[in-house]
Amino acid sequence: MLLRLVFRNVLRHKLRTALTLCGICVAILSFGLLRTVISAWYAGVEASSANRLITRNSISLIFPLPFSYLERIRGVEGVKTVSCGNWFGGIYIEEKNFFANFAVEPRTYLELYSEYLLPEDQKQAFLRDRRACIVGRKLAKRFDWTVGDLITLRGTIFPGNWEFVLRGIYSGRDHRVDESQFFFHWDYLNETLKKTEPLRADQVGIYILNVANPEHAAETGARVDRVFKNSYAETLTETEKSFQLGFVALTEAILLVIQLVSFVVIVIIMAVAANSMSMSVRERLGEYAVFKTLGFGGAYLGMLILGESLLMAVVGGTGGVLLTFPAARVFLNYLGDYFPIFLVTRQTVIFQGLAALAVGVAAAALPTWRAVRVPIIQALGRIG
Amino acid sequence: MSLLFFYSLRNLFTRRLTTFLTASGMALVVFVFASILMLAQGLENTLVETGSYDNAVVIRRSSVSEVQSGVERLQAAIVETLPEVALGPRGRPLLVKELVVLITMEKRQSGSPANVVIRGISEDSFLLRPQVTMSVGRTPRPGSSEIIIGRSIEKGFEGADLGKSLFFAMRSWTVVGVFDAGSTGFSSEIWGDVDQLMQAFRRPVYSSLLFRLRESSDFEQVKDRIERDPRLTLEAKRETTYYKDQSEMMAKFLRILGFSLTIVFSVGAIVGGMITMYASVANRTREIGTLRALGFRRKSILIAFLMESLFLGLLGGIAGLFFASFLQFFTVSTTNFQTFSELAFSFSLDVSITLKAVAFALGMGLLGGILPAIRASGMEIVDALREA
Repeated sequence: MLLRLVFRNVLRHKLRTALTLCGICVAILSFGLLRTVISAWYAGVEASSANRLITRNSISLIFPLPFSYLERIRGVEGVKTVSCGNWFGGIYIEEKNFFANFAVEPRTYLELYSEYLLPEDQKQAFLRDRRACIVGRKLAKRFDWTVGDLITLRGTIFPGNWEFVLRGIYSGRDHRVDESQFFFHWDYLNETLKKTEPLRADQVGIYILNVANPEHAAETGARVDRVFKNSYAETLTETEKSFQLGFVALTEAILLVIQLVSFVVIVIIMAVAANSMSMSVRERLGEYAVFKTLGFGGAYLGMLILGESLLMAVVGGTGGVLLTFPAARVFLNYLGDYFPIFLVTRQTVIFQGLAALAVGVAAAALPTWRAVRVPIIQALGRIG
Repeated sequence: MSLLFFYSLRNLFTRRLTTFLTASGMALVVFVFASILMLAQGLENTLVETGSYDNAVVIRRSSVSEVQSGVERLQAAIVETLPEVALGPRGRPLLVKELVVLITMEKRQSGSPANVVIRGISEDSFLLRPQVTMSVGRTPRPGSSEIIIGRSIEKGFEGADLGKSLFFAMRSWTVVGVFDAGSTGFSSEIWGDVDQLMQAFRRPVYSSLLFRLRESSDFEQVKDRIERDPRLTLEAKRETTYYKDQSEMMAKFLRILGFSLTIVFSVGAIVGGMITMYASVANRTREIGTLRALGFRRKSILIAFLMESLFLGLLGGIAGLFFASFLQFFTVSTTNFQTFSELAFSFSLDVSITLKAVAFALGMGLLGGILPAIRASGMEIVDALREA
């Protein structure tokens, strides 16, 4: 009886119900997209491994470290493999084609990042050729590159035009791996610098090292830093995760705004839904008075209103959740350059569900209170 | 007509809860709309004011920003002798050779790291940037380990206080002054003697040159001369253009974010407005019938309901703007990824944003109200009066 009444009530004002559902659907959808943007921000953190440490200059990331540190770090107790790399900052044709490009020591780098899957023949071709580069699957697709292509980058940090031959296309072991990066031989960069700008040669942006046991990561990092204490290039070693978190922290103001906005959108839809419920209740006050006269209690009326509100929230919310997936795909097409990884996580969907329920409950609260409290005589005597 | 005007107004008053909920929904949308516009405006103000039109910046070709750039001493000396460089008070070229590096500092509240610009300056740097004034303390003595800090740095970063010292590049640097650079990007910088900083950071090259043009219209000529000289691998930009280019990505990001949010939010608010107006038409079918029977035209009914919806929008718009105006007291400090350094800017409200927000609110009211108003005006008198 209760359920039938709820369903009947929902369908009574078809237009209003449709509008409210549409509103809830859009709100839950945009809430989901905003949460996805936030989790995309943390993609680098998610993809980091507990075994890897990053060593950089303690002044800031723009200061290099001498190449001679490589062997000294390798000698530190607990360190297994060491690789090095430079942020190259090259531009492909024009600035808006931005993607991350790094000069790395290829053999050790691929060893450290075993989640980058590269076919064996391509790997060998990449290692053999000093001018070779490899790119991620998504990046190759974006610019229509195939193995064997010549790619020219214009250097912003290292002046000149740099030519590379594409020798391999890697793919990620799972969806967390960023497939839009560009790697080439650190030797190519260094040997060229020796000729053009000898003062800047033999310098490394970061060292990447891994430890056998993640439990010893912190003390190994401290041991590395101790080696270079009081030298003219002191180091700062941290886990890959906190290194990536450092990048997130740089833009935390924007992140905070997005987080805030994702809650504001829910508050707006609460106001809309509450409005629609309060109108329905006002129109039906006479009927509620009849219910009361017949002996139905306030709890019953409350269930009636709450049920209606929750039903709308659940239907609208489900629609919103379902629409999030195709919408995220469209979003990725437009914003793929900003966010290499844009996936709707299970956590996002759970949050969306909770938000929809909150909307349903909050929308019913005020109208219920009113319907329960109003005296029968007043409600019966009231005109629409 | 005035009767209908009051009819609309009093109706909003009678259904207070509904009016309040609908208007507050709209107010939130207007708030978000206005705040994004204000943020974009604030960013633009900061970057436009940072540069001055008569100054030219010289950096290494295709290096995009000062941080990536490098200018050798020899090349700097060549640029210094160009005839288009204005002369300073002592008859020397009004050109400064500066160093720009980044250091990592911790923010005061969150303790999270951020990259702060350290700029190596010489005496003439102040002449070239009249917008920078000392608010407390004095300028650093040349040849000493003294620094001055911008106001945003003093406010936002741990350990940045007058009289204290900061430790970086294996030296400790005494803060001898705080400078005020208005809402420009310089407020987020730390300045010290260029030669000392170059020594300490072991950077043998300058990052950029900044000079005043003898004649503002000389710019194209000097740009041509610098970029064609085979001894130089540099490029010149007007200072205003230089700072504008640097914020392009951030401005674009804010625009995309603001645009998509506003669209999504306004859908919600328009739906809310429509629900309210449809209900308000449905509840008053008999009243509409009566009005029509009294001789009011269909057009008048249409206008009355549209007016009601516009009032609703206006109410929301004013409330939203009222709350958004308080945002002017807040400053946003975040990393500009193009320069990889910290930049502080504030929300800024001006007349055009106010007008845009009000127009936006009225537009939402119009869109939400037009269909219900058409329904109201389309009713037949007899049917409307017979409605229970």
